[in-house]
Amino acid sequence: MTSERVSALPAAPSRPGGARLWLLGIYPLALIALLVLLVLRLGPLGVFQAAFPPVEDLTITRVRLTPGQFQVHVTNGGADPVTIAQVLVDEAYWEHTVAPQRTIPRLGSATVTIPYPWVEGEAHEIVLVTATGLTFSHTVEVAAPSPQPTRAFLLTFTLLGVYVGVLPVFLGMLWFPFLRALGRRWIHFFLALTAGLLVFLGVDALEEALATAAALPTAYHGTALVAVGTLGAVMLLVVAGRLAARRGPRPLVVAYLIALGIGLHNLGEGLAIGAAFNLGEVALGAFLVIGFMLHNTTEGLGIVAPLARTPPGVGHLVLLGLVAGVPTIQGAWLGGFTYSPVLAALFLALGAGAIFQVVYEIARLMAADAAEGLATALNAGGFVLGLLIMYVTGLLVAV
Amino acid sequence: MGFDPSAYLTRFDWGRARPLGGGGSLREYQVVAYDREIEIAPGVFFPAWTFNGTVPGPTLRAREGDRLRIRFINAGTHPHTMHFHGIHTAEMDGVPGIGAGEVAPGRSTVYEFRAEPFGLHLYHCHAVPLKRHIHKGLYGVFIIDPAGGRPPARELVMVLNAFDTNFDGENEVYAVNTVAFHYMRHPIRVRRGELVRIYLVNMTEFDPINSIHIHANFFHVYRTGTRLRTDEFTDTIMLAQGERAILEMRFPYRGRYMFHAHVSEFTELGWMGFFEVTDDDL
Repeated sequence: MTSERVSALPAAPSRPGGARLWLLGIYPLALIALLVLLVLRLGPLGVFQAAFPPVEDLTITRVRLTPGQFQVHVTNGGADPVTIAQVLVDEAYWEHTVAPQRTIPRLGSATVTIPYPWVEGEAHEIVLVTATGLTFSHTVEVAAPSPQPTRAFLLTFTLLGVYVGVLPVFLGMLWFPFLRALGRRWIHFFLALTAGLLVFLGVDALEEALATAAALPTAYHGTALVAVGTLGAVMLLVVAGRLAARRGPRPLVVAYLIALGIGLHNLGEGLAIGAAFNLGEVALGAFLVIGFMLHNTTEGLGIVAPLARTPPGVGHLVLLGLVAGVPTIQGAWLGGFTYSPVLAALFLALGAGAIFQVVYEIARLMAADAAEGLATALNAGGFVLGLLIMYVTGLLVAV
Repeated sequence: MGFDPSAYLTRFDWGRARPLGGGGSLREYQVVAYDREIEIAPGVFFPAWTFNGTVPGPTLRAREGDRLRIRFINAGTHPHTMHFHGIHTAEMDGVPGIGAGEVAPGRSTVYEFRAEPFGLHLYHCHAVPLKRHIHKGLYGVFIIDPAGGRPPARELVMVLNAFDTNFDGENEVYAVNTVAFHYMRHPIRVRRGELVRIYLVNMTEFDPINSIHIHANFFHVYRTGTRLRTDEFTDTIMLAQGERAILEMRFPYRGRYMFHAHVSEFTELGWMGFFEVTDDDL
């Protein structure tokens, strides 16, 4: 169709070049800008601007507790500016200050500081009253001091990341000699098991991402943000995989991709642990830490499974373990000190996308290596066993 | 111009009075209903429906036996009425479907009746839905003095009211005379030893009961103000919706004395204030 039309215009060159091409690309944009200007100046927007107050949409993103004080971080996700006029704590009007200013522009943020003698271990309800009288509330479920970025806490969170992320992954990689001694069918069994583990992690990450996204201010379009993160990670890894394939042997590339995917997932896990700690929603008992250790040990197995038949050097193994495990530490820091629900949703979505991409890579690796195809009873059993292992160890770590 | 609770305390509308043949007076009042935003707590604006632009509306005052003529103009956006507590004919009762019934926006009517019985009364809009028309602000105090008058005193009008700002059927702001904590920031000044008379009316919507407690003092209670002898000597009374009482007391010592609802929740949501007792001329 297009070629016919081009050929019907003999005077025009078949392919415009240079400045003309730019012009063709830009003039619709210029027309849109003109249209926006017209609508703003003369347009029918009066129809939408009735006399009633605008629907306000404040989201309380975080509440920090220091001795005798609440710090409430709030974001305006609505269409119009919102003014915070009064603050109620436990159904009483309370002294407070708002920084940088009481009126929060669209997508702007503010911090409300409230001196209040909160009681450790009890629940407190904070309500922001806007100038139009609408209210936005947040309940501090269990009042406890928020962690401060001191050296002691930084160390605690680092150790937590090491226990929960780095050590378990390396422990899992100790299965490497065992895997090497196995025949091809059983290696495939363990690869299928790895795929099962990863699918479970991916579903888990996606669910976490969507749950976090649901709590975002509407203007951020949380679910769409998760789609961007997930699909973005898939595309990123596709490109990374292709680039890497030129340099190293295919199983090693897949192992690195698995490590990267798991690393992103562990970043999300660290965020969740740090944030839960920060938000005063959980006491990190030894039980929870042990649960994460068991859960994450299986991830180490997953990383080395593709390498069983083409063993790399020790240097690669160490690097793989670090790529997968260390992000837990950064996640715990981020979650513990500067929890941002937008970043949390994005990282969790990136992790989910990376993991699904890796499952696809494992399947390709197995297919290239297996004469009898993927759908053997042993492979199916491995896959289901992987899911089950994750499910059972996951029971221990409900944050 | 905002609503000033300090000025409201002592502002009485006696109407335009003309003497009648057989003694007593004809009093003519004009009340206009219109929509107006009122600042009910610092920075919090309530889209009120008002009588004469204030919540509560003007304190209408007369003497027992006077002939009253209230010209009511509806300049608001919804049908309204004025329903007076008192003794009068069905046509003058200001309820939907009887007499003038609901007065449509842009229309007016005249309510006419004799001022009886003496006491402390109220008036409010009786259009439906009733709850909304009342809590949006369409109410005021209606005082009928006994024929012989009451002893001279510093007279203060206090209406217990509250506002549901987020439309959930519960109040976010409680106050005496509309503005939360106003008399904390602007204490009510009275002279030591002088007689203080409080006309107290409960117009709180949604909560069935409100109360007042005055610190470091006791007061005489005249329930509904319809008898000239006291019912009670106490420091705390409770009032149901629409109930009212006249309180009389003297402050024997100088200083600041708190008064508030003895429903602690209401206190911390705005219903709290101070008396400032001085020896100065006021």
